[in-house]
Amino acid sequence: MHVPDGFFNAAVSVSAGVVAAAGVAVCLRAARRELDDRTAPMAGLVAAFVFAAQMLNFPVAAGTSGHLLGGALAAVLVGPYTAVLAVSVVLIVQAFLFADGGLTALGINILLMAIVTAVVGWAVFRLVTAVLPRGKPAITAASFLAALVSVPASALVFTLLFWLGGTAPIDVAAVAAAMGGVHVLIGIGEGLITALTVSAVLAVRPDLVYGARGLAAPLVLRTADGETRVPQPAAPAPAAPARRPGRFLLGGVAVALVLAGVVSFYASGDPDGLEKVAGDKGFDAGEEEHGLAGSPLADYGVQGVENERLSVGLAGIVGVGVTVVIGGAVFYLVRRRTGDETAPGRVGDTGRAAV
Amino acid sequence: MGAGHHHRIHRPGDTPVHRLPPQCKLAAVAAFAIVVVATPRTAVWAFAVYAALLAAVAAVARIPPGFVLRRMAIEIPFVAFALALPFIGLGERVPVLGLRLSEEGLWAAWNILAKATLGVVASILLAATTEPRLILQGARRLRLPPLLVQIAMFMLRYLDVILDEMRRMRIARESRGFVARDLRAAPVLARSAGALFIRSYERGERVHLAMLSRGYTGVMPVLDDAAAPPAAWARALSLPAAAAVVAVLALTVA
Repeated sequence: MHVPDGFFNAAVSVSAGVVAAAGVAVCLRAARRELDDRTAPMAGLVAAFVFAAQMLNFPVAAGTSGHLLGGALAAVLVGPYTAVLAVSVVLIVQAFLFADGGLTALGINILLMAIVTAVVGWAVFRLVTAVLPRGKPAITAASFLAALVSVPASALVFTLLFWLGGTAPIDVAAVAAAMGGVHVLIGIGEGLITALTVSAVLAVRPDLVYGARGLAAPLVLRTADGETRVPQPAAPAPAAPARRPGRFLLGGVAVALVLAGVVSFYASGDPDGLEKVAGDKGFDAGEEEHGLAGSPLADYGVQGVENERLSVGLAGIVGVGVTVVIGGAVFYLVRRRTGDETAPGRVGDTGRAAV
Repeated sequence: MGAGHHHRIHRPGDTPVHRLPPQCKLAAVAAFAIVVVATPRTAVWAFAVYAALLAAVAAVARIPPGFVLRRMAIEIPFVAFALALPFIGLGERVPVLGLRLSEEGLWAAWNILAKATLGVVASILLAATTEPRLILQGARRLRLPPLLVQIAMFMLRYLDVILDEMRRMRIARESRGFVARDLRAAPVLARSAGALFIRSYERGERVHLAMLSRGYTGVMPVLDDAAAPPAAWARALSLPAAAAVVAVLALTVA
């Protein structure tokens, strides 16, 4: 479901936009490293596939049907970087060409539906495949769990953003409960469809599944003299060492902080969302229920009743900080993890390109 | 969510709005959406002015109201959510038509409805008056990452091909008596999705090889990179500029 304009306040929308832009930039660079000049056509066709697959309606029970979100599926099939790019492009095209999803909420939509689903899905997938014995059943099970977790994770980040800058006066605990409950159910459906789809691809073209690289048995030539194992082609020399996106990310974070602080100063002339809820003791009630009393943000909101603009500005800055730290941690982990295995990945890719 | 995508929004025409360079229109719509979102919700009159501005644009572009209304169906899920807010919202209750509704919830519902509707209408007007291909060209001229624009261009170019593949698979399934009734149909549909992925991926590889053989080096040749004349920028940006004046007025009044 695409978030429309006006659902989040300007500060959170802009901050999420900056974080999403930074994430997409990281993925653009990483995907180019993995796919070279194949990036544009391959990611483009995968994006078209995701768009089409989202239209495929799966009947759940009498009368109701669900459809794929596709973030985790794309991450397992083509790798997390290309997946983020493909789903982001789908969301961008939907926002601009189909008026689906608000333009100011585009950053939020990309963050929730492309970055969080693909990154969380991939992280869970790697975790499960590392634990389970190698083989196709493990890949299928890992795909199921990856998609299953990715949907509630996205809902969780939605709730976090809502807590920071939602415009609707609902108790955050209620949002969390409602979003969490519904999205665990949706996640089960998503996991089921994803696992079935991945196993269908595995059965026909296992070499195409990014998550199953290295599963293929080595080529064995049986001749009159006996069997010889054809060694895997040597990994090509690693591409130019990737520049660390540190400076870029720091710049993005700085911009986000300034925007979140400054924009909200001017944007939120009226007591909007967060601090209004705080004023109405919505957060107080929430604190008692789910123990946010120690949260500095709750303090900002409550103290900020005297100075509402300052309150929003601070909340925006803290929001950016939290988002960046969480997003950064996940990206760092993923980068580390995939960085370890670029070599086998490149072998598989070049082999595929040559076919 | 996917239901609305079958029908392209673009509505060919030759009006001043259609003729504006795409990058100007893109920037104008984005700026307009930001101004709308930043407007305080208590300034009800400001949103009426925004609606009037969009109506004026639609009139100049000769987009009939029915066309816009039909495509606004895309925001129905969030309308439902907004309508529920007065009932589930926190805060003081005020009597409205015999019901005790949350005052804060009413404001929030108004806020979401007004801003989401204005944003959707602005996007519809952009998509209706600009060819999809031109929107992406405009994005490139606005200095969006070229690789991202290229990906979007490939997606757009092959979208109908992939959708046609999916349609043919559906016809093949149904001609063999397949009816998706309940969850037991999922493996069949998932196999279709898997086949669709393989076909899309293999098509991507073929497209790449075909492009290599035509001299592709990772960069698409730019055929027309004419900068938009300042007059076009002025005309396009008059919409967000007018909205910004209204927003500043609304902020100072509030």
